[in-house]
Amino acid sequence: MNKILSRKKFSENVNEYVISAPDVARRADAGQFVILRVDEEGERIPFTICDFDREAGTVTILVQTVGYSTMKLATLKEGDCIADFAGPLGKATDLDEYENILLVGGGIGSAVIYPQIKKLFSKGKKADVVTGARNESLLIYRNEFKTYARNLYEMTDDGSAGEKGFVTDKIRNLLDGGERYDCIFAVGPLPMMKAVANLTRGYGIKTIVSMNTVMVDGTGMCGSCRLTVGNEIRYACVDGPEFDGHLVDFDEAIARNGFYRDEERSHVCRLTGGVR
Amino acid sequence: MADFLRHEMKNQSPEQRVKNFDEVALGFDKATAKAEAERCLNCKNAPCRKGCPVGVNIPAFISYVKNDDMDGAVASLNGDNSLPAVCGRVCPQERQCERFCVRREKAGGSVSIGALERYVADYALKKGKQQERKVKTTGKTAAVIGSGPASLTCAADLQSHGFDVTVFEAFHKAGGVLVYGIPEFRLPKDIVKKEIDNLSEMGVKFRFDTIIGKTFTLDELRKNFDAVFIGTGAGLPLFLKIKGENLPGVYSANEYLTRVNLMKAYDKNSITPVQRGKHVVVVGAGNVAMDAARTAVRMGADDVTLVYRRGREEMPARREEIIHAEEEGVKFELLTNPAEILGTDGKVSGIRCVRMELGEPDSSGRRSPHAIEGSEFDIICDQVIVALGTSPNPLLRDGATGLEITSKGTIVVNPETGETSLENVYAGGDAVTGAATVILAMGAGRLAAKSIIEKLGDK
Ligand SMILES: Cc1cc2nc3c(=O)[nH]c(=O)nc-3n(C[C@H](O)[C@H](O)[C@H](O)COP(=O)(O)OP(=O)(O)OC[C@H]3O[C@@H](n4cnc5c(N)ncnc54)[C@H](O)[C@@H]3O)c2cc1C
Ligand code: FES
Repeated sequence: MNKILSRKKFSENVNEYVISAPDVARRADAGQFVILRVDEEGERIPFTICDFDREAGTVTILVQTVGYSTMKLATLKEGDCIADFAGPLGKATDLDEYENILLVGGGIGSAVIYPQIKKLFSKGKKADVVTGARNESLLIYRNEFKTYARNLYEMTDDGSAGEKGFVTDKIRNLLDGGERYDCIFAVGPLPMMKAVANLTRGYGIKTIVSMNTVMVDGTGMCGSCRLTVGNEIRYACVDGPEFDGHLVDFDEAIARNGFYRDEERSHVCRLTGGVR
Repeated sequence: MADFLRHEMKNQSPEQRVKNFDEVALGFDKATAKAEAERCLNCKNAPCRKGCPVGVNIPAFISYVKNDDMDGAVASLNGDNSLPAVCGRVCPQERQCERFCVRREKAGGSVSIGALERYVADYALKKGKQQERKVKTTGKTAAVIGSGPASLTCAADLQSHGFDVTVFEAFHKAGGVLVYGIPEFRLPKDIVKKEIDNLSEMGVKFRFDTIIGKTFTLDELRKNFDAVFIGTGAGLPLFLKIKGENLPGVYSANEYLTRVNLMKAYDKNSITPVQRGKHVVVVGAGNVAMDAARTAVRMGADDVTLVYRRGREEMPARREEIIHAEEEGVKFELLTNPAEILGTDGKVSGIRCVRMELGEPDSSGRRSPHAIEGSEFDIICDQVIVALGTSPNPLLRDGATGLEITSKGTIVVNPETGETSLENVYAGGDAVTGAATVILAMGAGRLAAKSIIEKLGDK
């Protein structure tokens, strides 16, 4: 059992939870994730570690309410406990070898680049950040990115904050404007990461993506998280979650991720009595 | 005069059981158990014991049943086997103890040792807690990694010899393959739970959601415990490496069975989804394949076809499971090998197979199959479950300085003691042998515990 120490609403359907998990915090690093179960009957769902405090023994996760389990999580309050919290899982991201880095976060994906910019900042490395969302209310960690990024570029679909457009518009803009990044780290919905990878391929810039595939155990036991990277089967939970974006078969990953959507929907209905 | 013919357990009828997840075999009643026990000739040299990897004193516990002394039977059996209710259900008896029974060929068939073991173990579970034995503590501590049969056996033996034992399990539940792999209809989870509750009552501590190699490392455990046992199993699924294998609708048996068993996807109220295939193809012919196929039948498939590249004789599953699968309508396509998984609209729509023929026996005596040219044919299906076997999970190796591993990923141990290349670190079960059996895993857990007790326990 792990206690929810604080819960903060970020936007309409995004909440930040600080969870007491000293064992996970102890070895956690940017890029890793946890698998949690909300209660005894819960399914196992993965969440990125957004932040951690080894001394306080806490781990921060950001939860977008999308299905049955995240909805159930959204009903919990400060002081409540969740049944299971296992981690840290996956490999930590290592951007040490790069000098001029661009971090790109789409929607909730910004939660994955946030610990990254913090880590780079603490190492004295400068990096630029592009974040994108449908509208202003869905942009997250805005102040934090302002603090840690060399330059922050915000993009919204409707122009309610930053510039109007997609993150790829901004990246193209920056690259054509003469920015010389040696690494782009992009995290967001699969179609966004695919678009970024397709764009940067032409520029020959190393592009790393974080693959949020469907997981069950998170320890390499089931193969549900598998994806094709450079014609090889890789497991997102143990080999990843980060992979070379130019080698990932995104179409396959998109097909696999869409597979359970219908099942999920019927569960949502049961919880809300049909209201979504 | 004892009955001549072997008694078999009664089963739920195939028509009935395909509609539920309840246990198929119903066990002996008292009269049948006694009648079957009478059949045991109590051979002096007890050939059956040689067939048992942990050497259970089979004639001894059966004699107690014969004499209506059930408590005696329980005491005798428990002394040899810490998970008898499990073994009675899942051991391949026909290849172990029952194979050596002198009645097998000419005297009405082997004694039903497995069914009797189950009968005695279930009696004990129903009766509840045994009288507590006071154990003098040794002041020594042991960490046990994983909670499958190897680990549970090792933990029980160490705790009962005065060690302070902590089990570290990656999942949220104890039991390893016994809970996430073997389905309810073959091994009710209640039974596994009772066996594990017994361990907790003995004082074994369980830490779930703890992945060694991630949450803690082996190096750290070595610093904090006097002895360590590694029973992490062989959880990494193998795939066919053919085209179409990553299409949605293709599962490893591990994923399929975990979703259904551990996460209870068969229950309409479960929130873990699983695809309910209409036309299901299972690849493989071991226990895992049989379990996947029979689970698919119960999940409401219209037809389930099992594809295996060798012949019936070579099928590695327990005989009872093969029979049960056929009774439940699973179709076998033997001497058949998948060549490609076909997709339509990004989903599985079929599987292309080739027919095989068996060649001359190789050095190991196994006849290896060859594809027959031009024999391709397609099976229409919307779900494919791959049950080709598993290899050890590599996570543990992070932070396991000096632990010797074979090229196959299995842990190297001294076969006499179970000790690894690291002092006071022992290993056993599927992590050492590759995917094998419950009883071999238990035997390995027991051997390691014995070595640890001899080395570190009270003299
Ligand atoms: C579907 C299926 C059906 C089977 N049917 C039969 C049968 O009928 N008869 C039979 O004899 N055998 C059968 N087997 C095989 C048998 O279950 C195994 O041989 C046996 O369970 C191996 O036991 P073990 O203790 O070595 O490992 P496992 O039972 O695999 O347990 C290993 C445990 O370690 C945990 N773990 C792994 N890595 C870590 C880590 N790094 N940190 C912490 N914990 C970790 C795992 O989560 C797991 O709980 C079957 C197997 C399957 C999959
Ligand atoms: S989530 Fe099961 S193998 Fe990755």
